[in-house]
Amino acid sequence: MSDWPTRTAAEIAAAVAAGEVSAAEVVEQTLSGIAILNPRIGAFTDVVGGRARATAAEIDRRRADGAPLGPLAGVPFAVKNLFDIEGLPTRAGSRINRDRAPAERDATAVRRLEAAGAVLVGGLNMGEFAYDFTGENATDGPSRNPHDLERMTGGSSGGSGAAVAGGLTPLALATDTNGSVRVPAALCGVFGLKPTYGRLSRRGVFPFVYHLDHVGPIARSARDLALAYDALQGPADGDAAVVSRPPEPTFPGIEDGIGGLRIATLGGHFATGGEPEAFEAVRIVARALGAERSIEFPEAARARAAAFVITAAEGSALHLERLRSRPQDFDPAVRTRLIAGAAVPAAFLAQAHRFRRWFADAVAKVFEDVDVVLAPATPCRAPRLGQTTFELNGETVLVRPNLGFYTQPISFIGLPAACVPVWLDDGLPLGVQIIAAPWREDHVLRVARALERAGVVAARTARLA
Amino acid sequence: MLEAPPRLTDQALEAHIDAATTLLGLRMDPDDRASTLAHLRATMEAARFVAAFPLDDTVQPAPIFRP
Repeated sequence: MSDWPTRTAAEIAAAVAAGEVSAAEVVEQTLSGIAILNPRIGAFTDVVGGRARATAAEIDRRRADGAPLGPLAGVPFAVKNLFDIEGLPTRAGSRINRDRAPAERDATAVRRLEAAGAVLVGGLNMGEFAYDFTGENATDGPSRNPHDLERMTGGSSGGSGAAVAGGLTPLALATDTNGSVRVPAALCGVFGLKPTYGRLSRRGVFPFVYHLDHVGPIARSARDLALAYDALQGPADGDAAVVSRPPEPTFPGIEDGIGGLRIATLGGHFATGGEPEAFEAVRIVARALGAERSIEFPEAARARAAAFVITAAEGSALHLERLRSRPQDFDPAVRTRLIAGAAVPAAFLAQAHRFRRWFADAVAKVFEDVDVVLAPATPCRAPRLGQTTFELNGETVLVRPNLGFYTQPISFIGLPAACVPVWLDDGLPLGVQIIAAPWREDHVLRVARALERAGVVAARTARLA
Repeated sequence: MLEAPPRLTDQALEAHIDAATTLLGLRMDPDDRASTLAHLRATMEAARFVAAFPLDDTVQPAPIFRP
């Protein structure tokens, strides 16, 4: 058996626990796969083979000793290179950051996955400083969509989508400020979870927009999302945005089905602008769930605009000194957005933050009448690499700022959302967002799992070998 | 609703970006000018769209979602 890296995390962990395969063997197969496939898809920027072998050997020792193994025992994973990996500079997709000192310790999310038995194998490609929906990178080259190597992965967590869809690792960590978990999950045909804002610690993750940044997993099944998400929960560990509440494990209830859940499709902003097939994917999911109602988040277009403004202004403020001292070392496509963002008057930023409260309150009222809502993840399938514009609402707009048209209003108020993969035909996949009220990741994952069990959604691993 | 503010002219955007980059101590390469102005237009249109929404004085920012 040499296909362990293409299996799900749950299958690998069960096999390692049962002694059907050693963690060492899984890691060797994973490292071989990366060596062969990565030059074609550009998912990895760093591979930590020595560390991975040592971690796997420790798991095998524990099993031999009869010590308890974690729920992710022997599962290889990789992280967007925005996450600190001890001993490596955290490049954040940029040329500039690779001059930083090596990280002195791992990000909290990395430590928690390893504490659950997972094995870190490397760092993943991403859009520069996460200001991106394409997965292209001026310094490291693009991550390529494993289902069509001339197409985008989506971003900014492009390497995370490519690694999981390409069969390199069953699990990857990503971040989502405006859609950077959900967009690559959608375009690459895999599952992604963006939890509630304030749920998971971001300590050791290079920031982009403090008020909007989230950590989340990308995986090949809803069950794997739950396993990873449960392992990632815990104390704030220095992240001031994390709300203190006990962990709420989702895996034990993930097979509970959709009974008792009120599910509707989002209309308005979420039902206009995109290609017809984006809405067809939502219809298929809604039909399978028996969701006949359409419901609206009021002022969703304005919510997206406010997220756009906060991102531009706060992201630019974060990078202001680098824009002064090393402007030539930015990707030009990022530099010009940041310079423009730095010029946003403070009064507009303050209004956007106040509107965020209004929108959060308005959406909370909607959730009194519904538990889960559905929306497209992207307006279209994966654009071609190098493509700079696409059609949205009948207008030609830039790809890089606009692929998150449907994801931005959701992350703006921190709602938990999964992206599930839908295959309409033999072509590329589309993603559907499954969105719940704050702190109800359990609802999101139950619905994702029910759809998976019904065969309506499924991750596909590209056959690249 | 509030009255719509005057249209953003190219001249206004150019004056704004020149003043802002000077005040912020940023250099803008002439090759970046057109792209920067296009992004500034998109961002300012979004900002004005948000600011046109009437909010009560008591509406506070929402830094964190509390259950």
